[in-house]
Amino acid sequence: MTWATCERVLRQLRRDPRTVALLMVVPPALLVLFRWVMEGQDEAFDRVGGPMVGLFPFITMFVVASVAMLRERTTGTLERLMSMPIGKLDLLGGYDLAFAGLAGVQAVLTTAVGFGLLGLTAAGPIWAVILIAIGNASLGMALGLFVSAFARSEFQAVQFMPAFVLPQVLLAGLIAPRPSMARPLEVVSDVLPLTYAYSALARITASGDLDRWLARDVAVIVGFTLLSLALGAATLRRRTP
Amino acid sequence: MALPTSVVASDDAIRVRDLRVRRGHHLVLPGVSLEVPLGVVTGLLGPSGSGKTTLMRAIVGVQVIEGGEVTVLGRPAGSKPLRTLVGYTTQAPSIYPDLTVHENLRYFARLLGVATERVEEVIDSVDLREQADQIVRTLSGGERSRASLAVALLGDPELLVLDEPTVGLDPLLRHDVWRLFHSLADRGVAVLVSTHVMDEADRCNRLVLMREGHIVASGSPDELRERVSATTMEEAFVALAAGS
Repeated sequence: MTWATCERVLRQLRRDPRTVALLMVVPPALLVLFRWVMEGQDEAFDRVGGPMVGLFPFITMFVVASVAMLRERTTGTLERLMSMPIGKLDLLGGYDLAFAGLAGVQAVLTTAVGFGLLGLTAAGPIWAVILIAIGNASLGMALGLFVSAFARSEFQAVQFMPAFVLPQVLLAGLIAPRPSMARPLEVVSDVLPLTYAYSALARITASGDLDRWLARDVAVIVGFTLLSLALGAATLRRRTP
Repeated sequence: MALPTSVVASDDAIRVRDLRVRRGHHLVLPGVSLEVPLGVVTGLLGPSGSGKTTLMRAIVGVQVIEGGEVTVLGRPAGSKPLRTLVGYTTQAPSIYPDLTVHENLRYFARLLGVATERVEEVIDSVDLREQADQIVRTLSGGERSRASLAVALLGDPELLVLDEPTVGLDPLLRHDVWRLFHSLADRGVAVLVSTHVMDEADRCNRLVLMREGHIVASGSPDELRERVSATTMEEAFVALAAGS
């Protein structure tokens, strides 16, 4: 049933080529724009650009997943599914699989543009960047599915992106290094998942050591993803008021 | 395998006892009791806002209830084995608008674990052969509600709960759909259909009249008219509602 749902979600996406095109074109285009903005600051572009490649899927999948699930709620298809013999995790797993696949393609394209055309460098292997990017996409998707339960309209769902995602981007260490932050901010950033997503990517691109610190980051990403999926499943109610 | 046991367990497909449902601050159903037999078409008739949808949602097991008991095919409403035995359509056609009729049915068939041949059968029984490969968004309202009905038929359910399934159908199609309901009932299926159109009352073997969350009367259309010496169902409804 997970597989059937994954296939169904991909089929729906195929009917919406514009969304797919935007998902694939926007991240590489933003990277090109960023390169242009950073003209003459090659070192800074290299330091920030590498991890950015792996963070795009988190942001885009968060938005796509929350809107997709909200639609499922408002069209009544969720009520129908909940009256059928499909498990909540089958449904969420199907979405996760479909969007992770999409994120994989997105990550490969963005990586090709960033590391191929724009001259980004990574001390570690590029495939590790792509893998982390896919993991981040899963994390973003799981968070998006969860918070969509609190949105009553698509307007609200879209606003959750700046509300939930942008603070994490600001605090992750991408803009300012975490040790230089005020202590309370650093503590907050310690418990935000994107901090670890960024940390993993920064490790691979800057030092290239596939060490136990990287393993810790990956474990946190996976843990948060599973936690969000569990919370998301808890918000899917067979009975509603 | 679940089919014969549940038929034996009770002659009534649905038993509702003192059902109380609150939505917001409003007590939509203040204590409803009713039985719906197998093998007949039961019409749930009443104006909009009378609690028909809430009652149906409680029967399917997707409604949070405050009190009372709902038993479906001998089991508590919404329990796991019922998920393949009860077919349900909401008022809005709950199917994916960006997939074709075929794709929708094939997806739901996989969830229900029924063979793909069944998809073709239900397409024919709701008369959507020509529209089978059309994207649902481009269908007319009546075609969409028939596609939604087709999903409810997929699992060969023992109980069909259909919320206003004939809205937007032209008279010929409406006729066909009612004939389909009766052919299912003849095979032993319990069919519960809600409608606010009094003209459809005579299509049902049995009627349950609802108003403001209360069941005003139930019985066959002829019985109900005779009870208050009315000639039309409209008159009967008014007289029965005034008398209750």
